[in-house]
Amino acid sequence: MLSVKQHNENVTFSPELLAKFGEVVSRYPEGKQKSGLLPILHLVQAEFGWVSADAMDQVAVYLHILPIEVYEVATFYTMFLLEPKGKYVLEICRTGPCCLVGAERIMGHLEQKLGVREGEVTADGLFSWRGVECLAACGFGPVLQIGPEYTFYENLNEAKVDELIDNLKAKTE
Amino acid sequence: MARKLLLTHIDVPGINTFEVYRQKGGYVAVEKVIKTMSPEDVVEEVKKSGLRGRGGAGFPTGMKWSFLAKPEGVPRYLVCNADESEPGTFKDRYLMTHIPHALIEGMIVSSFALGANTSYIYVRGEMMPQIRILERAIAEAKEKGFLGKNILGSGYDLEIYVQPGGGAYICGEETALLESLEGKRGNPRIKPPFPAIAGLYNCPTVVNNVESIAATVPIINLGGEEYAKIGVERSTGTKLISASGNIVKPGVYEIELGLPVEEFIYSEEYCGGIANGKRMKAVVAGGSSVPILPANLILKTAAGNSRLMTYESLADGGFQTGTMLGSGGFIVFDEDQCVVRNTWNFARFYHHESCGQCSPCREGTGWMEKVLHKIESGHGSMSDIDLLWDVQRKIEGNTICPLGDAAAWPVAAAIRHFRDEFEWHILHPEESQTRNYGLAHYADPLQPIVS
Repeated sequence: MLSVKQHNENVTFSPELLAKFGEVVSRYPEGKQKSGLLPILHLVQAEFGWVSADAMDQVAVYLHILPIEVYEVATFYTMFLLEPKGKYVLEICRTGPCCLVGAERIMGHLEQKLGVREGEVTADGLFSWRGVECLAACGFGPVLQIGPEYTFYENLNEAKVDELIDNLKAKTE
Repeated sequence: MARKLLLTHIDVPGINTFEVYRQKGGYVAVEKVIKTMSPEDVVEEVKKSGLRGRGGAGFPTGMKWSFLAKPEGVPRYLVCNADESEPGTFKDRYLMTHIPHALIEGMIVSSFALGANTSYIYVRGEMMPQIRILERAIAEAKEKGFLGKNILGSGYDLEIYVQPGGGAYICGEETALLESLEGKRGNPRIKPPFPAIAGLYNCPTVVNNVESIAATVPIINLGGEEYAKIGVERSTGTKLISASGNIVKPGVYEIELGLPVEEFIYSEEYCGGIANGKRMKAVVAGGSSVPILPANLILKTAAGNSRLMTYESLADGGFQTGTMLGSGGFIVFDEDQCVVRNTWNFARFYHHESCGQCSPCREGTGWMEKVLHKIESGHGSMSDIDLLWDVQRKIEGNTICPLGDAAAWPVAAAIRHFRDEFEWHILHPEESQTRNYGLAHYADPLQPIVS
């Protein structure tokens, strides 16, 4: 399941990142450090933009567990990106309540505006988008989120999507 | 105005901070339990209150607490289920965003009652902003001596930690949540043993929803008996309802249980009626997994009584003509919405979220998604409706956890109440691609299916 492109041999955990790992592990009883796996994978993804097999191997060493225990978890939870994506991954809710108020139309607009299909990366490496399941914001739909801080953008329409994308582009120029 | 217990001060500026929350009477319940009550007293008050789990199942909270095993020398845990993922439900996110201390105060009260010295709040990973908010609230409470070692000089110690999930609906099921909290895949456990005997790290554990835990604060402040006077019969207290779909004012509302459904949908105080002057077609009253009801059956029971927002009234008539209060995710459909398309959407959701442990759910949800997609895109045949019925019936009751039922019920209810709409899609494959069946003679053209 893990292909070659999912390797990133340049992964090194900085002392700052390792300090955050240490804080996470301190939340659990002794010997139960594996509980820190999800929080640590989130930290890894926030740092590198995605979770590579090499990063997972190092997490396994850190937590004193087998690499397979990390792989099986990273592949189970949909938030973890197992290959490089755009700098900004726009995740739009595609579930029922959001569709009642136009989420499918907004998905079509995203595809058109960015010029890439779901899961692909724009040529400038800035954007990816994908439909995700219910984000618990049904009363404020259509809604999308952008990691790693998972800021929500609510009550979307075409103009708001355009403005958001233009602002993100301007920010990186 | 109806009585509010959880969202009383929602409009007060700064209510998300310790200072303002405290000024408005916050943490009085913690002082009361720690200084004047025993853990058993607290459990007793919650039992008297009649509080039922607000996450969806509606099991009496006090009774759940009383099942907790208390072997000597073994730690006990309270785990808050903040994995809110049921489509149509967004009340917990709202509460944690705006009044985080209501949850933290409830966590302290509940942990004290259960004798837990370490408690976790498992928040779905997408709610990173809410995780930050809760972490700040915990730090504030700790600084003021309401958390940590020797709380208010009582000798009682409590630490609360926030744990992020990874974007899996199944982790809202309590044993899957515990697996996830242990750093594993969210596969539900076979029960028994129940978490009250062997939960987190194989220790006795109680898992409660955010709103249930927050509700212990007004229960302690008012007393269980007073709390039980609010509401109707066995539906006591107030409930947060997440209202979404084609209504004028979507949002989170706190209602007294017993409010007529009609008043909730049409009054200015709540949803404000159907948006854009349209008519109501259907309602999913308790989150995506409960049966969808057509407009006439949601407003009145089959016996002709006014339908109320209570556990009992919404369930009146069983699944033939009734539904469930569930998590309070209230989704309203106007006349231009397509029931087949929405059912396909929900089936896709459950297929995506099935953990894959049990064959009926893993395979059945996929079959339902495919067959519904076929009908919705104009390629269905009449036998497909029977096939759908057959598949959903074989999932229900045949899985380790309730996700199987949750996937089967919406499909069954859609066919039960809207069979004519399914048949119309099959008999008019081309027309069904250009307009909706609706209640109206016309409708907006359908959007192409994004897959």
